[in-house]
Amino acid sequence: MTALPQSTEKRLGLVIDLDTCVGCQACVTACKGWNDAGIGLSDQDPYGANPSGTFLNRVHSYQVAIPDGPAQVVTFPRSCLHCDNAPCVTVCPTGASYKRAEDGIVLVNEDACIGCGLCAWACPYGAREMDAAQGVMKKCTLCVDRIYNETLPEEDREPACVRTCPTNARHFGDLADPDSAVSRLVAERGGYDLMPDMGTRPTNKYLPPRRKGPGAASPLEPLLDVQASGIAGWLDRMLGKL
Amino acid sequence: MHPAPSVILFSVLSGLGFGFLAFLGWGALMPSGWLAFLLWGLGYGLAVAGLLAATFHLGNPKNALKAFTQWRTSWLSREAWASVATLILLAPVALSDIFGLGLPRILGQVGGALAILTVFTTAMIYTQIKAVPRWHHWLTPVMFLTFALAGGAMLSGRAWAPVLLLAVGAVLLAVWRVGDGAFAAAGQSLGTATGLDRLGVPSVLDPAHTAGNYLKREMIFVVGRKHAARLRKIALVLASVAPALVLLLPLGLFGIALATVLHLAGALAARWLFFAEAEHVVGLYYGARG
Repeated sequence: MTALPQSTEKRLGLVIDLDTCVGCQACVTACKGWNDAGIGLSDQDPYGANPSGTFLNRVHSYQVAIPDGPAQVVTFPRSCLHCDNAPCVTVCPTGASYKRAEDGIVLVNEDACIGCGLCAWACPYGAREMDAAQGVMKKCTLCVDRIYNETLPEEDREPACVRTCPTNARHFGDLADPDSAVSRLVAERGGYDLMPDMGTRPTNKYLPPRRKGPGAASPLEPLLDVQASGIAGWLDRMLGKL
Repeated sequence: MHPAPSVILFSVLSGLGFGFLAFLGWGALMPSGWLAFLLWGLGYGLAVAGLLAATFHLGNPKNALKAFTQWRTSWLSREAWASVATLILLAPVALSDIFGLGLPRILGQVGGALAILTVFTTAMIYTQIKAVPRWHHWLTPVMFLTFALAGGAMLSGRAWAPVLLLAVGAVLLAVWRVGDGAFAAAGQSLGTATGLDRLGVPSVLDPAHTAGNYLKREMIFVVGRKHAARLRKIALVLASVAPALVLLLPLGLFGIALATVLHLAGALAARWLFFAEAEHVVGLYYGARG
């Protein structure tokens, strides 16, 4: 059913720390690796001149011009935000796109998808990509096949992107629970929504990168002002006259 | 947005078809015999051809019947219902006209209203999308409805069809004027898309991927400004002014045919622009849209 649930018991989602993300793309490959098993995420011409493929998570890199300091580079992972008011769900004509009442995860039932692409149009964040080989819509599942999977060791029961992140920039948890680790992180670090004016009420939050302030003076700077004296000074004056 | 030929053809042909079916249902012409067969056939042909073209846009059309299930929330599902209901409801009216069965016209009145409702549901598929500010405006359904009514009036030879055709031009001018400022008015930027406006002014340092992907192909279509300006003039002249003038000449049936050909060409240009010029906010992540 493409009607959104009134509320969800849990709000499972990600908190992404832009301060510690180094843009290594490990989450991109871990996501692709895990979700490529089974039905898969197809690639087109992957080793050719014009490679293209279906990804559920992509990392951008931005330069931020700061008025009173040097520019900062921010790497920015982008994936489904599992919105409370998900526009991708209500536009779906077949009921393939849905939001789970129990944990708030937004999923696609590929068996019911007609590949019209309207959900991808409705998403402001570019979280959905049509699989060019299968003709159905793909999106982040929050690794629903890992987080509840009791055949996996407990430490692996989190999304592949979170599990693999070498700098711990990705956190997974219940954002409906104010005492969860992710909710505390959001409260302490000022976690925010992307494009809040779009009215989507995303579950995922981003933690802002810290301001680095003006650049420190170089330790070699005093040497710039050194005046030569003695023989060196004489040489300097003579050479200057040539 | 990517101007997919299937969707452009679908919305133009089915818009004209349902517009014409509405006028036939309302009894604007009251043809009989072979003439009724030809005219109703034209209306049905246009509407069905449009719907068939739309299925070419689907990645997985074998599930198409499931599109009837979500009418409570989805405009696309409502469009499926409205179009099929119109075609079914008007069928006995068409047969009545062809064979002179004399069915009460009320069925045609309701069917005609449903045909117009179908065009409205088509328009709402685009209007509802907040992520495309150019579409997210009440002028979008006004444009679709004006096209359908003008086209229907033109095909059924109404005397005031030229007025409606000129209204199409006026609506197009309004759509372009409002649309050109829509993205800025929505107030989204790379800063709000990433939340980095807290820190300063972000710009793309390095693209996330060098080759294309679905998002870039589907939603980040960039149309040249000069190209667009020329196409707007073509659309305005062909869809509105030229067919209105042709209909004012005493050319009879040939005039209607000529006006229709001109109007269709202009409508295709206008609909191409409707997609090609529509800026999706996801483009912000890729440094498009300024």
